[in-house]
Amino acid sequence: MDDFLLRALLGGFGVALAAGPLGTFVVWRRMAYFGDALAHSGLLGVLLGAMLRVNPQLGVILTCLLVALALALLQRQRNLATDTLLGILAHTALSLGLVALAFLETVRVDLVGYLFGDILAITPVDLYWIWGGGLLALSVLAGLWRPLLALTVHEDLARVEGVAVFPIRLAFMLLIALVIAVAMKVVGILLITSLLIIPAAAARRFARSPEGMAALASLVGGAAVGLGLWASLRWDTPAGPSVVVAATALFALSLATPSRSRR
Amino acid sequence: MPPEPLLTIEKVNLAIRGNSILRDVSFQVTAGEIVALIGPNGAGKSTLARVALGLVRADSGQIWRKPGARVGYMPQRLVVDDTLPLSVRRFVTLGTPASRARVRDALAEVGAAHVLDAPVQAISGGEMQRVLLARALLRDPDLLVLDEPIQGVDLNGQYELYDLIGGLRQRRGCGILMVSHELHLVMATTDHVLCLNRHVCCSGHPDHVARDPAYLELFGLDGARRLAIYHHHHDHRHDLHGAVVESAEPQAHG
Repeated sequence: MDDFLLRALLGGFGVALAAGPLGTFVVWRRMAYFGDALAHSGLLGVLLGAMLRVNPQLGVILTCLLVALALALLQRQRNLATDTLLGILAHTALSLGLVALAFLETVRVDLVGYLFGDILAITPVDLYWIWGGGLLALSVLAGLWRPLLALTVHEDLARVEGVAVFPIRLAFMLLIALVIAVAMKVVGILLITSLLIIPAAAARRFARSPEGMAALASLVGGAAVGLGLWASLRWDTPAGPSVVVAATALFALSLATPSRSRR
Repeated sequence: MPPEPLLTIEKVNLAIRGNSILRDVSFQVTAGEIVALIGPNGAGKSTLARVALGLVRADSGQIWRKPGARVGYMPQRLVVDDTLPLSVRRFVTLGTPASRARVRDALAEVGAAHVLDAPVQAISGGEMQRVLLARALLRDPDLLVLDEPIQGVDLNGQYELYDLIGGLRQRRGCGILMVSHELHLVMATTDHVLCLNRHVCCSGHPDHVARDPAYLELFGLDGARRLAIYHHHHDHRHDLHGAVVESAEPQAHG
């Protein structure tokens, strides 16, 4: 197998592994649009990284953190619904990125690569980022699992039972920011949310427990990466979008499969 | 030794966007006592319960909970999203880790042991209320706060659930703060009734409150009549205008 292909597979599997469990929470908490908003601010982060001469992933993490923090603070006022706030943040961040790009004539950025991913160009350094960031995100999530699940089911009840709601909600947002930063190379900022929610959605019908759904989502994501890359080589299609199409095909398959659970 | 207060609310005021929700509300819950908050829709009952739990901050006034007191809470409506695969057993232990046997005991105490392994979305509204109560009991609470505990429960189940709540107080000695609009059941089982319409209209022993003109005005003839029908310790009845009619001869229970 060619080196670039092996790196693509390894990178894709790393992202799928981390995106599965986080994605289930994105689905349970109805935060798909939040993932989009963070991802859209990714381009701004890439430029920030270029300006500060640091790794683009660092720039993306920093920008995502700022957007997540801005949202968490904006949510404390209750006049505007979260989806409205997210719409403002997402499109402002993306537009700011494109405007900044026009000003920075000295910075060369592969715009299409960042928007739609460039999984076949994953470098060994990218792999360290993906697996390091992904495993870090997974272990933090494992530590937060129970309180996060409790506040996902009912926030007030969790608070009475002693869950520190605000810090945990914030930590979860930061985890999504981290995963977006490491997943950007694989499917691009416009498609990252699909890797979070489609595998989780496909896993729902077969899962009996939250943990089962999370593990299954990782598996579905990994399968989508493998299938997508194979299809991309076979028919010479763009790799990132092919992975997403493969995930959707698996989701469709899950709908067509008769359910074994009672519901 | 006088019973120790678990919760003391004093002169609490709360306005949301300039709209006064609670005005000068004071009350107490002591161990082994059932206090009911009754009042029409929009009277601020649930808000007051949330203030007592520390979920909502009051604009002014004092909220004191006994230090170290464990609080069990039963929120008004809880629907678990269909996308989350969760069994009743897992749901009950989300707040308090507990062995399967302990969970089964808690569910058995509220008469819902049969749903232990069912998906939490597959049980009926009445079963959900019992499961919520079991989750609160698993905390071994000193103070129980129940927001509309018999919501969605059929009439037979309502009496059962009230008996159950009364029994909890006896067995566990916990204080109970209960929000309800089912007047007749509240009146029959509680020690202290707080009739709320943004301020405390009247309060005291159920029999006392039931005769208060402010109570009769708030609930009108309908509430008064239902009370006359369902009240379990008849020593009087109400006429059509809600006034008390003393009767010498014993009457059949309605």
